[in-house]
Amino acid sequence: MTMPLIEAPLDEPSLVINAALTARWLEAFLHDELVVRRGIGRAILGLSGGIDSALVAYLCARALGPQNVYAIRMPYRTSSPSSLSDAQRIVDALGINAETIEISDAVDGYLKHAPDADPRRKGNVMARMRMLVLFDQSARRGALPVGTGNKTERLMGYFTWHADDTPPVNPIGDLYKTQVWALARHLGVPNDVVDKPPSADLEANQTDERDLGITYAKADRILNLILLGYKDDAIVARGHGAADVRLVRRRVDATHWKRHLPTTALVSGTAINEFYLRPVDL
Amino acid sequence: MLAALVQFKPRKGDVPANLAAMRAIFARLAPKAPELIVFPEAALTGYFLEGAVYELAVDAPTMAQRIDEQWRASGAAAPCDIVAGFYENVAGTFHNSAIYVRCGEPDGVHIVHVHRKMFLPTYGVFDEERFLTRGRRLATFETPFGTAAILICEDAWHAIMPTIAALKGARLIIVPSASPGRGLCGGDELESNTRWKAILSSAAAEHGVYVLYAALTGFEGGKGMSGGTCAFSPRGDLLASAGPLESCIITVNLEREEVDLARATIPLLGDLSAVLPDLWLDDEIPVMRRLEESP
Repeated sequence: MTMPLIEAPLDEPSLVINAALTARWLEAFLHDELVVRRGIGRAILGLSGGIDSALVAYLCARALGPQNVYAIRMPYRTSSPSSLSDAQRIVDALGINAETIEISDAVDGYLKHAPDADPRRKGNVMARMRMLVLFDQSARRGALPVGTGNKTERLMGYFTWHADDTPPVNPIGDLYKTQVWALARHLGVPNDVVDKPPSADLEANQTDERDLGITYAKADRILNLILLGYKDDAIVARGHGAADVRLVRRRVDATHWKRHLPTTALVSGTAINEFYLRPVDL
Repeated sequence: MLAALVQFKPRKGDVPANLAAMRAIFARLAPKAPELIVFPEAALTGYFLEGAVYELAVDAPTMAQRIDEQWRASGAAAPCDIVAGFYENVAGTFHNSAIYVRCGEPDGVHIVHVHRKMFLPTYGVFDEERFLTRGRRLATFETPFGTAAILICEDAWHAIMPTIAALKGARLIIVPSASPGRGLCGGDELESNTRWKAILSSAAAEHGVYVLYAALTGFEGGKGMSGGTCAFSPRGDLLASAGPLESCIITVNLEREEVDLARATIPLLGDLSAVLPDLWLDDEIPVMRRLEESP
């Protein structure tokens, strides 16, 4: 009889979340950050019809009650009609408040002065216009804007700076996209919303994965290993393609600035956040 | 000895509100008359203070007085020992400390012991040593249950700390903590809480000591304090534990004989005492070389 040989695989930390525990944790986060810390019992978010904002709507409804959640749909004239209808399904399923505010006139009003704007610039104008609307609606309704950016897009720099990332509270910003999918399924987000190809919907037929050049499933595992400190050759040794690893590493390294506040010239011994150090909640 | 472990959710920086909450807990516990009540690390201020630590830190007599005032105002009658973590100002030197006081004596509150955290986490989400000075000694002290020691949070993650406490005679190790929860991929609980339980259970079982762990809960600027307040027997068995998110109180009966029985059954502490001189005098241990090389 041959003696069995047991070979341990190279370690790769799992990304499989305990969805029930994650939901409880994030609901407690929303309650503490809005109600306990700020005394604000209402949340407002931009509801695109995609999975990220759908998941945040579900979390807010569970944490604060659906009557205290305001979903604002902000379509541009080129936005996909299915985005609007998907958003409506989420509103109907949760019983949250909703309003549709077209941004076409406001965006086009500016773009008349920028006839050379390419699709990327137009997309950034739309994203920033949506945040302008969201913050004004926040003031109108006494509701705190809640962010919907996930960890993958934050790390890949796949967002408009000072737009998508602007809300002061974000429950899903430390969840990779694949974890967003898992949590959304657990909470009962409609399958059609979970399963459709993620898209920023800033241009016709746009998809995230085509823009990024890699699938979320691959990117998330590579990102996780990069953040844990693994070098490229160690990531490749765990079965990831060298080109994929280079692509992801390049995107992360090129976008650190998007995950920080503006760089301020330090000229004193009391520079804010350098010498004068206070936590955000005190 | 009946001990109560308080999983506490302070209002950040609001000391008067947190003292009022402490008073309400004393009143709630009064009918059970516990002999020991343990609050977590940084219980009256919250944990992440950064530069505000210099505004909120107090000296040990002030902290003792504050606790005693709440205890007296609560209507509790029997004397009681109370442990609470606080940021300590020692004439302009700041520590992450925990105080052990005896309330209810006729001559006022007694400070039995102050432990100053020795291992100040300064990595990742932690930044303690930027603002605080580490303690220099792990001392034991006497309680109605017997000899005890306090380890604050990361102190307990270093296996040598409960070892030294036990070698100094501790039969009870009290661990006030503030632990930001992390790791949602580990099964039924936060990975950080699973790790805590493994560490505490191992310390209890190796040395035959009770381990009482009281933790903060609630979110501080997105960082959720992970609760998981719990108690381990001298055999390393989990006696009771709390979830991650809710304020609550655990009570546990500590029995002196349990310590003796655990140590008699598996005499690891006695074995260590016998072997320790050989281990300690090993000149291949780097710290020993450094001592010899120092002028």
